Amino acid sequence: MFNFLIRRLVVAALVAATVMTLAFILTRLSGDLATSIAGPNATQADIEAIRLAYGLDRPVLSQFFDWVGRALTGDLGESYFFKARVSTLIAERMPVTLTLGLTGLVIALVVSLPLGILAAVRENTGLDRVVQMVALFGQAMPSFWLGLILMITLGLNLGWLPISGTGSWQHFVMPGIVLAFSAIPALTRLTRAGMIQAMGSDYIRTARAKGLSRASILLKHALRNAAIPVVAIAAVQLGFMLGGSIVIEQVFALHGVGFLAWESIGKNDFPVVQAVVLVLAVIYVALTMVADLMNAVLDPRLRGP
Amino acid sequence: MSVTVVNAGPKRGWKSVSTWIGAVIVGIAVLCAILAPALVPHDPFAQDLDKRLLVPFWMEGTDPAYILGTDQLGRDYLSRLIYGCRISILIGVTVTVVSGLIGITIGVLGGFLGGRVDDAVLFAITTRLSIPVVLVALAVVGLLGSSMTLLVLTLGLLLWDRFAVVARSTTMQVRNLDFVAAAWCAGCSRFRILSREVLPNIASHLVVVATLEVALAILLEAALSFLGLGVPPPLPSWGLMIAEGKDYMFFSPWVIVIPGVALFVLVLGINLLGDGLRDLFGTHRTDT
Repeated sequence: MFNFLIRRLVVAALVAATVMTLAFILTRLSGDLATSIAGPNATQADIEAIRLAYGLDRPVLSQFFDWVGRALTGDLGESYFFKARVSTLIAERMPVTLTLGLTGLVIALVVSLPLGILAAVRENTGLDRVVQMVALFGQAMPSFWLGLILMITLGLNLGWLPISGTGSWQHFVMPGIVLAFSAIPALTRLTRAGMIQAMGSDYIRTARAKGLSRASILLKHALRNAAIPVVAIAAVQLGFMLGGSIVIEQVFALHGVGFLAWESIGKNDFPVVQAVVLVLAVIYVALTMVADLMNAVLDPRLRGP
Repeated sequence: MSVTVVNAGPKRGWKSVSTWIGAVIVGIAVLCAILAPALVPHDPFAQDLDKRLLVPFWMEGTDPAYILGTDQLGRDYLSRLIYGCRISILIGVTVTVVSGLIGITIGVLGGFLGGRVDDAVLFAITTRLSIPVVLVALAVVGLLGSSMTLLVLTLGLLLWDRFAVVARSTTMQVRNLDFVAAAWCAGCSRFRILSREVLPNIASHLVVVATLEVALAILLEAALSFLGLGVPPPLPSWGLMIAEGKDYMFFSPWVIVIPGVALFVLVLGINLLGDGLRDLFGTHRTDT
């Protein structure tokens, strides 16, 4: 178990290092940073001043190691546009994105677990096919468009929920529903497959033979075993949702990390863009590690030699 | 205790209605994409400010010359929708070709060679999955300026992970089968075994992945265009049509309903067809 943990940590560190390099290269794609930051109306003197002020006159490799060295100590640099520390900016915006992601995940689980169980119990019936259709519909739904449609229906026509902003918990309901749509298909299918597998296993036959009630067999024995991979995948899905929330934050004007990144891309604010890419990647890596560890704790076969 | 009745199970492959629905949707979309210039009733780029936001046929006061109405600049919505279909299909297919070439190469090499190469392939897949696709695609287009070529290359470079995962695992299964061992014994070269024995036997799995990827690329293109960093205006991408209609959606909801429904139906159709092909080939779902 200890070796497994060490191996996963090493891989996670290597992934983070690779993403750091890629994020750095990404923001240097446009060529001369100083010219982009200065904007179209800048004089040559302005550009030179910016180049000096941000240390862009130094060799690229020295800039890179400088960035990596600072990032390791938690210093992600300074925003050109907001004139503030990038780490402070991200820390300020993170609660909104995390709230949105967790709301989305909870909604997704509340919808997909019962749907998956129902489909598994009634395998190959009309109900099963309906559930699979729901999963297909969720997969085909453009999230930003669903957001706009909910704004028109639930927001404007029915007046149930606020249309945009972050003032109260109601503000997170619509974006949460929209974000949940991206995770519902995978979670539903996985629950269904896990339940079908569990229901066909020997311990369920034993439970049946003991004369346990149907509810007890389903919820206590089958679901517990089927839920393990679902919970692990849910952690991974949360990582995807945090990365994908940029579109939904923009639709609902939620000022989270995704919105920050979107603003920064428009303003050529490279330190923020590369930092957000890095932070989201690190969160994803951490979540997949949690998922792997949960699986390994519950299923020793996955720990490897 | 009751006796469990074993169901015959739903109809699969071409016997299933949903596969046919998917095939018909995809067929119509492909025809629209190819024949767009011949099909459109008006020039999709021609503006007519006297005919702004005309309503579609199911509402009162509609103009029969404009079945789906017009947008905020007086451009015919049906014509823009048909050209938008062309853009969606074009991007979906080209992105899938790019990502397929990358993912299949990486995945087959990892699965076939194993060892260190496979470790590197697994690492590349893990790294790729940790990168937030939408954010990076937005950043690249934002930095380099929006164009179709750039969009296709960016999405292609980002979406190869599923191809790699499936190609790797199926290659590993095929590699250990008897006919591959027979080919080794017959003295075939590595290249010959890869191209003549392995690839044909994993192709059906890859076709299923390709349908999913086309659908995903179409959705992503729409999302990026919606955010203003995808297909550049005035091209009629469906995502861009939704973005342009957003300011009018509370008074004229159909301006976002029409392109959104088109997008949903096309992606649903591709996924239905993909599911049908999966059943037809007898391959298992690998995208969870």
